Amino acid sequence: MADDLELRFERTVRSESRIEPRDWMPDGYRKTLIRQIAQHAHSEIIGMQPEGNWISRAPSLRRKAILLAKVQDEAGHGLYLYSATETLGADREDLTVKLIEGRQKYSSIFNYPTLTFADVGVIGWLVDGAAICNQVPLCRTSYGPYARAMIRICKEESFHQRQGYELLMTMMSGTQQQRDMVQDSVNRWWWPALMMFGPPDAESTNTEQSMAWRIKRDTNDELRQKFVNMSMPQAEKLGVTFPDPELKWNEERGEYDFGQPDWDEFWQVVKGGGVCNEQRIAHRRKAHEDGAWVRDAAAAHAQKHARKEGAA
Amino acid sequence: MSFDNAYESLLGHEDAHWAFGTGFSEALSGVDREFPAGVDKDALASYCLMLGDDALIFSQRLSEWCSRAPELEEDIALANIALDLLGQARMLLTRAGEVLGRDEDALAYLRDEREFRNVHLAEIDCGPGPGGDFATTIARLLVFSSWRLALFSRLRGSADPVLAAIAEKGVKELAYHRDHAAQWTVRLGDGTDESHRRMQAGLERVWPFVDELFATHSVEAALQGVAVDPASLRSEVDGVLEAVLSAAGLTRPKDTRAARVAGMAGRDGVHTEVMGYLLAEMQHLHRSLPGAVW
Repeated sequence: MADDLELRFERTVRSESRIEPRDWMPDGYRKTLIRQIAQHAHSEIIGMQPEGNWISRAPSLRRKAILLAKVQDEAGHGLYLYSATETLGADREDLTVKLIEGRQKYSSIFNYPTLTFADVGVIGWLVDGAAICNQVPLCRTSYGPYARAMIRICKEESFHQRQGYELLMTMMSGTQQQRDMVQDSVNRWWWPALMMFGPPDAESTNTEQSMAWRIKRDTNDELRQKFVNMSMPQAEKLGVTFPDPELKWNEERGEYDFGQPDWDEFWQVVKGGGVCNEQRIAHRRKAHEDGAWVRDAAAAHAQKHARKEGAA
Repeated sequence: MSFDNAYESLLGHEDAHWAFGTGFSEALSGVDREFPAGVDKDALASYCLMLGDDALIFSQRLSEWCSRAPELEEDIALANIALDLLGQARMLLTRAGEVLGRDEDALAYLRDEREFRNVHLAEIDCGPGPGGDFATTIARLLVFSSWRLALFSRLRGSADPVLAAIAEKGVKELAYHRDHAAQWTVRLGDGTDESHRRMQAGLERVWPFVDELFATHSVEAALQGVAVDPASLRSEVDGVLEAVLSAAGLTRPKDTRAARVAGMAGRDGVHTEVMGYLLAEMQHLHRSLPGAVW
């Protein structure tokens, strides 16, 4: 019996059909998905902070509106993704507690600080760009609710990326001080953006099983290469350089050669040693704890209301 | 656009792609921007600054909640309200700027504190800073949106077609803001002992700033048929607040009124001490890079 279910599951995945919430699935598949989707949801929610850092100081009202709307979209992405985990039996409150207790991770990129307004543009262009490279294949991932959430998220991320790039284009057409600000920001974000694809394939522990389950569709190194290939012409058009002396076109391969990020720094930040790790979690914890009485009140009110209706 | 190819589409750099966020010209498209005959244009500009600054400064305060709200849904809702108000501010500052020869950013970023015309209710800290909490924020939103909705409902009949069009768009937004605040007021008033206590305290905190909302300023008096006399809104707004507070089981605070400063308040450009810090934060980057383009 169990074998039949497993066979049917494997057939569904292999034939590129979707697994839906009520379908049987192996425990490992369910756990892996909850972990991956929750990590993605947490990344959206923590990712509100570095950009939110500039809402109050945005240098024009138009940029303020764009930034506020973008950070709001990230909250929306977090919401869809937590909902997708709930279709697998997880609970948003429980996942939030795991996040603030450091038992689940989020994208390490958000442990880097946003130091100038150019960072808002560079995050849109490179960080959202890298996220799109990672996420577009997930629109075809085997779990239906995740795949559908990712379609919407990728569309909105593409929009954010264009807004980020447009901000940088505008800044590059401004004063020398602004151009310097953009280049400085690119210098600080380029390597962390490359790290977003995860460690080199040889060191990545989760890749093989996830590829078989069609939860993941390309390897870290394949996606990283694709990202570099796509980003170079955009950098040239923008008039900025990437801080990598090894970065050059390889005629033979038809792709760019590039250097490796500092993986020691990557692991240091992943393990909690980044500039902002503690701050990001403390911020999220404070919002969650300060809001507890509000959530309790809403629940108490709803309960009283339900009782009244039941009595009537 | 195929989003498999998000990157390639970036290289086609057409301005038409970037319309988002410049929305005001579209929101008011087809509206006659000529000034109606006989209108005191300087008074009109001052009036637009008053209503625009209320929205701008309150939006700045509300956006402080971004990433700090009690629940994700609420984070989204408060950002949405802040965005609506920012949109109203931009249209109103743009209208003022048509008289003053300055654009929305020059007015938002390059005026000094004494030139801002917003009411004190918009600028005080009601949380997430130390000046309040979520309940105080809701109390302010309830009072502010009830008042502004009543004002904008009447402003739809303004002799200035631009103000009338801004009001027409605004009432739909403000009706939602008021509804959102009223629902939370009831939830918090009724929910737990703690939420009831905090909601009542929130009302007590904002109540001294209510009276200023209904004081007629000489600019408003000079703009008969164009501006709304806020004194005329009092009974309507009182009725709305009364209904919400009673549904929430809350007590209307005693009518205490914050004293004016040598007879002056927000509409005269005389603010509270927090205003300087708010503007310092909002304006510093714009002012630090003169000549920059954003």
